[in-house]
Amino acid sequence: MNFAASPVLTLRLPVWRSRLLLLGFFAGFAVLSVRAVFLQGWNNNFLQAKGESRYSRVIEITANRGRIVDRHGEALAISTPVKSIWAIPGDFELDQAQLVKLAALLEMQPQDIQKRIADSSHDFVFIKRQIPPEVADRIAELRIPGLFQSREFRRYYPGGDVMAHVLGFTGAEDVGQEGVELAFQQRLAGKPGSRRVIKDRKGQIIEDMESIKAAQEGHDLVLALDSRIQNLAFGALKSAVEAHRAKAGGIVVLDVVTGEMLALANYPTYNPNNRSQLSGSSLRNRAVTDTFEPGSTLKPFTVATAIETGKVRPDTLIQTAPGSFTIGKATIHDAHAEGLITVAQVIQKSSNVGAAKIALGMPAQSMWETFRSVGFGVPPKLGFPGEVSGRVRPAKTWRPIEQATMSYGHGISVSLVQLARAYTIFARDGDLVPISLVRVDTPPSAQSVISAETARALRAMLESAVHPGGTAPRAQIMGYRVAGKTGTAHKQENGGYAANKYVSSFVGFAPVSNPRLVIAVMIDEASDGQYYGGAVAAPVFAKVMEGALRTLGAPPDAPMKPIVLPAAGEELKDSV
Amino acid sequence: MVINNLLRHIAEPIDRTMLSVVTALVLLGFVTLYSASYENPGRVAAQVGNLAFAFTVMLTVAQISPQLLMRLAPPVYLLGLLLLVGVALFGDVRNGARRWLSLGITSIQPSEIMKIAMPLMLAWYFQKREAVLKIYDYGIAAIILLIPTLLIARQPDLGTALLVSAAGFYVIFLAGLSWKVLIGLGISGLASLPLLWGMLHDYQRKRILTLIDPSEDPLGSGYHIIQATIAVGSGGFAGKGWLQGTQAHLEFIPERSTDFIFAVFSEEFGLIGNIVLLTLYLALIARGLMMAANAPTFFARLLSGSIILTFFTYAFVNMGMVSGILPVVGVPLPLVSYGGTALVTLFFGLGILMSVHKHRKLVQT
Repeated sequence: MNFAASPVLTLRLPVWRSRLLLLGFFAGFAVLSVRAVFLQGWNNNFLQAKGESRYSRVIEITANRGRIVDRHGEALAISTPVKSIWAIPGDFELDQAQLVKLAALLEMQPQDIQKRIADSSHDFVFIKRQIPPEVADRIAELRIPGLFQSREFRRYYPGGDVMAHVLGFTGAEDVGQEGVELAFQQRLAGKPGSRRVIKDRKGQIIEDMESIKAAQEGHDLVLALDSRIQNLAFGALKSAVEAHRAKAGGIVVLDVVTGEMLALANYPTYNPNNRSQLSGSSLRNRAVTDTFEPGSTLKPFTVATAIETGKVRPDTLIQTAPGSFTIGKATIHDAHAEGLITVAQVIQKSSNVGAAKIALGMPAQSMWETFRSVGFGVPPKLGFPGEVSGRVRPAKTWRPIEQATMSYGHGISVSLVQLARAYTIFARDGDLVPISLVRVDTPPSAQSVISAETARALRAMLESAVHPGGTAPRAQIMGYRVAGKTGTAHKQENGGYAANKYVSSFVGFAPVSNPRLVIAVMIDEASDGQYYGGAVAAPVFAKVMEGALRTLGAPPDAPMKPIVLPAAGEELKDSV
Repeated sequence: MVINNLLRHIAEPIDRTMLSVVTALVLLGFVTLYSASYENPGRVAAQVGNLAFAFTVMLTVAQISPQLLMRLAPPVYLLGLLLLVGVALFGDVRNGARRWLSLGITSIQPSEIMKIAMPLMLAWYFQKREAVLKIYDYGIAAIILLIPTLLIARQPDLGTALLVSAAGFYVIFLAGLSWKVLIGLGISGLASLPLLWGMLHDYQRKRILTLIDPSEDPLGSGYHIIQATIAVGSGGFAGKGWLQGTQAHLEFIPERSTDFIFAVFSEEFGLIGNIVLLTLYLALIARGLMMAANAPTFFARLLSGSIILTFFTYAFVNMGMVSGILPVVGVPLPLVSYGGTALVTLFFGLGILMSVHKHRKLVQT
């Protein structure tokens, strides 16, 4: 080989060629340097911010919703941490075995999961919400790409259907939807905080940087409710509604001294922990949102007004014979003709004619003022959603027949809560307290409506109404003196009165010597043949009042003798 | 005594200047790799093994005289070509590309062989034709260049095809390609761009479009470039510090221990680090060019010149791609990126340079 002798050996690269080479070489390095300077020296604030925005995230820290407890601190609504399982359909990848496992853990059908994922037009799909944390942990162990979890709270109501209408419930976003949960949303919810964290490309938190704003936990809410009394009230109401095959019922228990709502129940109700079968009728908090014509339970207010205005005294005689009374074209009736009776007996026997005659002896305006001042026609301001004010027409528009029927509770509508509250004036020597859903530590100031004297007189009349000579002997309880009034009213339907549909009610208080509780009971459309307030609603009252007074440890004010009920068939019926 | 002699004999061709620059680059590579592969610590150890093997290859190659290399050129080229054809016919498909050939016990990537075989063959050809080069010779050279390049490009492996053709082109250029032809090639190249565009794969077109506007598809094809550019830029003047790079450590940078290791380096060591790195490459290539210029034969000069210029191409393409001025092609950062094959090929080239340098005095003696 002529390797060493080759003439090529002496050949050198032409000058232009090596220059071009060097030029290209340095140009290359110059371009790289300029680019580096541009990126790192010039543009780097922008790029640094970009970089930071890629990993630094501000995340919301959910605030724990406050608990709702009863007056003794028993938990009625609590939040437990749960997880939500969601996916990014584009990233979601799993094999058949994983799918089956996931479906089993979520208690779903594999097809349902696939159906949710199939819609890849969304970046975010909830697979299932409110999963117990331990199940969520097992799902995390499957390590399925594109499947994520986030922390939420689930509201749990230990009382179930018993407290449902008082407490209401929260939606999936932990926002109150009904009842106290909605009424006190602000207070219970707290304020979410935020933190700055470092996340990696997969969105996992690598490092907790700083707290920007601490989450403000929701405040606990102490209700006036006494869960023992609530349980008692709900149980008695439920069995009465079922026994009388009624459409619905409601009960309200108020503390006479403080105006606190110790119990409120409606039936039908629902289970707030499982609302899948929820219907509108079971959702209604009837005691607050529904009004009805109260009937005879309104007579005491007519009589009280007449006594206050000096028109009658309790022993004033009223002629109720022959048990009917014609005003203009209309005639009103009593269930049983009583003849000449006292004003007190008008209450005891529940005479419509008597009440109408008393009413017509005074100006309509006086009655209207009494109705308004005990809270009829104005919302009770409990804070519940959907509170109604009821209907009390201005006195100017009352015709005489209307004034007469209004005296015994027709042509006027009230809610059960309003009715219960109004009765506190008889239990409290004539003044009215605001009522409260939350516990009250200092008794609120009351507003006088009638004199203490009149209130005492009415108490005596109402006590006589539950004695064997009255309309509600079944409201009696052993060991306590009870006062109260029955009500039985035809239901309004299509602008008239339905012939065989009744609202049966009883409102009363005890112990009469030192009243502690007012209880109002309403049974809607009892359909087992019984419909008088004394037969349908009074027993519920008696059962709840007796149990509640014993629960509260109220000292008995009557001898412990068995209750005397009138002989069968001699029971006094309400005038309807 | 014998051992000492042997050692001296082995060490004799080693160029100290080049060796120290290479050592500095390799050390920087390890430092960066340690940070880039913190979630995969085995890579550092594996790279030490790769380096030991590659270094041995370099020492061995440095012992081979240019004459022997020249004799080996045609068989090596033909073998490489044969293997490439084998890949096209029987290759394994990995990640959508047919690049590997299974040889029973092991798999090889014949395109890597071409990185050395191509300049070898062309240098051999021009040496054979001596100084009297005709247009016809350039035609032959073009065929030698194009056949393997097209085979590799078809795999598809654009990065390697680019490096192989660059290596070949440098030989032709150094052999004295007329500037008229050069300009003609440039013009016809520009003119055929639309045609080439039509021949590109969709993903390749996308990469080029992405370079023009990465934000067009920030989560898809623009992702690599955007993340890497952000990493480089957020390093700032002094860098975030070793092991402190957020883009890298939070796994925003893809392929961060291989093709995109420069992004990790830039984020952690900043502009200062980049200048050091560029200076080291500049020094390495300058030294290589000096060695090539002093080469005793046409063959040796063409070969060593092409190798060192390919080295430059490696560095330039990789850094250009990471800093967002070139489209994404699979080219590692020489001596720094993780990966055994590339390292062996690079050290093989360095070995050739050292051999050439050792035999530079053949003419004078």
